[in-house]
Amino acid sequence: MTKLGYFPGCSLEGSASEYDQSSRYVCKQLDIELVELPDWSCCGAHAAHHTQHKLACALSARNLSIATKQGVDSVVAPCPACYSGLKSAQNQLANNPGLTEKLKSELDLDCNAKGEVFSLVELLSHIEPETLKAQVKVDLGGLKVAAYYGCLLVRPPKLVQFDDPENPTSIDNLLSAAGVQMLPWDYKVQCCGAVLGISNPDIQLKLSGDILKMAQLAGAQAVAVACPLCHANLDLRQEQINKYCKSNFNLPIIYFTQLMGLAFGASPKGLGIDKHMVNVGPLLSKVGIR
Amino acid sequence: MKIGVFICHCGNNISATVDVEQVAQHALTLPGVVCAHTIPHACSEPGQQLIKKNIQEKGLNRIVIGACSPRVHEATFKRVLAQAGLNPYLLEFANLREQCSWVHEDRQLATGKAIDLIDMAVNKAARLEPLTSSKVDVNKRTLVIGGGIAGIQAALDIADSGHEVALVEKTPTIGGNMARMDKVFPTLDCSACILTPKMVEVASHPNVTLYTYSEVEQVSGFVGNFKVKIRKKARLVDMEKCTGCGSCTLKCPVKAPSEFNMGLDNRGAIYIPFPQAVPHIPVIDKTVCSYILKKKCGLCQKICPTGAIAFEQQDELTEEEFGAIIVATGYELMDWTVYGEYGYGKYKDVITSMQYERILSSSGPTGGHIKRLSDGREPEVVAIIACVGSRDAARGRPYCSSVCCMYSAKYAMLTREHLPNAQVYIFYMDIRACSKMYEEFVQRAQEKYGANYVRGRVSKIFERNGRMVLQGADTLLGQSVELEADLVVLAVGITGTQSTIELAKKLNISHDEYGFLTENHPKLRPVESSTAGIFIAGACQSPKDIPLSVAQASSAASKVLGLISHDKLETSPLVAEVTILKCVGCFRCLSVCPFSAIEEQVLRDGTKVAQVNPALCQGCGLCSATCPPAAIALRGFTDDQLISQMESLCQLNPEL
Ligand SMILES: Cc1cc2nc3c(=O)[nH]c(=O)nc-3n(C[C@H](O)[C@H](O)[C@H](O)COP(=O)(O)OP(=O)(O)OC[C@H]3O[C@@H](n4cnc5c(N)ncnc54)[C@H](O)[C@@H]3O)c2cc1C
Repeated sequence: MTKLGYFPGCSLEGSASEYDQSSRYVCKQLDIELVELPDWSCCGAHAAHHTQHKLACALSARNLSIATKQGVDSVVAPCPACYSGLKSAQNQLANNPGLTEKLKSELDLDCNAKGEVFSLVELLSHIEPETLKAQVKVDLGGLKVAAYYGCLLVRPPKLVQFDDPENPTSIDNLLSAAGVQMLPWDYKVQCCGAVLGISNPDIQLKLSGDILKMAQLAGAQAVAVACPLCHANLDLRQEQINKYCKSNFNLPIIYFTQLMGLAFGASPKGLGIDKHMVNVGPLLSKVGIR
Repeated sequence: MKIGVFICHCGNNISATVDVEQVAQHALTLPGVVCAHTIPHACSEPGQQLIKKNIQEKGLNRIVIGACSPRVHEATFKRVLAQAGLNPYLLEFANLREQCSWVHEDRQLATGKAIDLIDMAVNKAARLEPLTSSKVDVNKRTLVIGGGIAGIQAALDIADSGHEVALVEKTPTIGGNMARMDKVFPTLDCSACILTPKMVEVASHPNVTLYTYSEVEQVSGFVGNFKVKIRKKARLVDMEKCTGCGSCTLKCPVKAPSEFNMGLDNRGAIYIPFPQAVPHIPVIDKTVCSYILKKKCGLCQKICPTGAIAFEQQDELTEEEFGAIIVATGYELMDWTVYGEYGYGKYKDVITSMQYERILSSSGPTGGHIKRLSDGREPEVVAIIACVGSRDAARGRPYCSSVCCMYSAKYAMLTREHLPNAQVYIFYMDIRACSKMYEEFVQRAQEKYGANYVRGRVSKIFERNGRMVLQGADTLLGQSVELEADLVVLAVGITGTQSTIELAKKLNISHDEYGFLTENHPKLRPVESSTAGIFIAGACQSPKDIPLSVAQASSAASKVLGLISHDKLETSPLVAEVTILKCVGCFRCLSVCPFSAIEEQVLRDGTKVAQVNPALCQGCGLCSATCPPAAIALRGFTDDQLISQMESLCQLNPEL
């Protein structure tokens, strides 16, 4: 059994609780013990690193130091924004001893940056495909899915050092092993508009609309995602996209962990699939899942 | 001892920061100094005259010059001494410019440092001995490495002046990258028409020995007397018997990607790289030939009318001697696959510039018809992306490749000539067209050929409905743009090669981190390498076009002719020397010498001691620093001389 610190972050406690549910389920099935960091704090998200470099680093350093206290070296964060914050803090701590000292004396943080920070996709990618295949109980071979990675999961390449920053394949590999038909397409890392959905929705609706259009063109029946914000932009706002782009998309947006969970035999409800705005039910019934 | 000290203002390069008068006044107080002068420009005619006059009138016998770096003007002042009748090695240089005035701001501190430097120089000068150089014969043969346009031009220039040249080319044919091109800017003349005659001329020139499919294996010796081992790789074809009929190449059943056509089509295991190849003789690729790999086939041998196929042929090593070497090993395209966002390899209709050269060429894989590789359709829109691997520090390529702006404009013209209805778009950062007729060329591409220039980078290419979609920015309009194109050409930047780096190690010459060879002085010695007698020409020195490559080749050739016009060369007397009585025969010197200049000498009583071959010694001083009993001294830099400098420095600064 592998044991890691688990950093859910704010989305997975709220709007993306189904990502949390399904992540925990998949890890359990694969013999990975997730130790939720007690008293974890906000990763800082976009606000912190836009305001102050040191603040952004300190927030994540605090969470890393909790992991150290818990006796777990490595931490996994399913949300790419949390992952990016933690990873960049860990990188700075490892390469800037002055900063580590400063945080230690000013905030009484004891962070040895020994451990690694993983995204959930990266963590699961270390597992042999055979091991994944052995878990599969339900045949999802009838599902044609486009994997959408978003901006932070495989970027910036120098920091992340995982997968191809232009044409990533890790989610495709995981879901292929789970028996899903993965489609090649070209918008895997195009921007979804991210937080512009709030400040400048026109841009976000156009960008997210482009992604849905390309996925549909590739023949996708659903889009697999690994980011709560991408999910909100593509799922929650799909109706607004349709209005703005004069389209009529009806594309389910599903977390990759939910698809793995379905293949491993969990019930759709247990994975929170009923929580999405675009109804996934009709698609699942096509492959015989109710 | 009569020491004269001369302090140069160097315009105000030195005097703006250093009080030269104060330095001269101080020099007069030093033991042995009989005169000290300041001179506005010591290297100028009046400056030199002043030094000569003082030598002759005051009977000076040691000279100290406080001026620029000895790399710049030591030779000048040695000549002045010789002209005044003094041994030129009785000169000591203090670098008051690069090592003092240029790097300091505080006038008082800089003047103090200049005084220290002069003190050291005077102290050493008092211990200088006259030295005399010896003479060695100069071999009149020249080796040219690399058979691109630069190597060919250099070889022809030297051969035409009546001297012997050996031209060594790594691949089976000469011609280099220029042979791949259809038409060349800025005149759009046919590349083959101007290159092929030169290829034939150099191959048939009575003064040229051509080694194709050959490589330089080992180099030893020194200017005027290089010894070079050349490996002639086995072609497996008897060059005497082969008539170049080519029937073997038509029958060979094996297929391998053609290097000459940049992998756009296949060649056989036995092949002639291209129709105008020189020599027009096939070569067998041992890595794919069925007969070599499995002893099956042998079809070429069966059909060869002259029995020229020689499967048993082995590599041959020959050793030759040369007086000078020219390196002209050219360039290659940088690894463009690091640009994953452009989808090369994923999309057949994203190609490199060099592949487009082959597509445009009438002897290329499509017979000169512009077609898409995916479906053979003629493109309606061709997009060219400039600076792929140039001026991009993030991808480790900060420099400009200097030819891409020009060949991109060339592609706009040639594309429209082939397909008058096609649209051409060029995404660029800046247009650099600074040579003769270049700006006019680019104007013509825009005005007469209607090329659409879009200023901005492309960030992504993907496929939509069978066309390539380019997304990027138009930084003049401040907008993002999307363009649908049928064919995308990446204007890939130029890099030095691994092969050049390996060769540079054998030749003991320097190169930069990109594999380009380093010239001895960027302005004043542009074709000389860091090692005497070895010259560089063409794109192996930096990215450059054909006119510049040819100019540099002729320039290197004239440098060689200057060198071999002498029957004998003076060797530097600044070499290591062994005091036999002190040598204990440990031979540590032998193991550290980078030039193999130390030899074993057996004395009459049988003891072995070290001996320096002055012709090979480059005066680096490693042996002298290594020798435990201090038995080896480097002339002009003896322990006594160097310690005297240290002493004067330590005396002046008691804290040290
Ligand atoms: C796409 C493209 C288009 C261009 N179009 C034009 C144009 O239209 N007009 C123009 O003026 N310029 C053009 N250029 C530039 C032009 O190609 C160069 O200026 C020219 O080829 C340089 O010649 P060279 O002899 O220095 O090098 P190369 O042509 O590279 O020749 C070097 C030769 O040395 C050989 N060699 C390499 N290593 C060794 C070794 N270790 N031992 C022995 N031999 C070795 C190589 O096999 C090769 O034959 C273009 C360049 C590119 C990339």
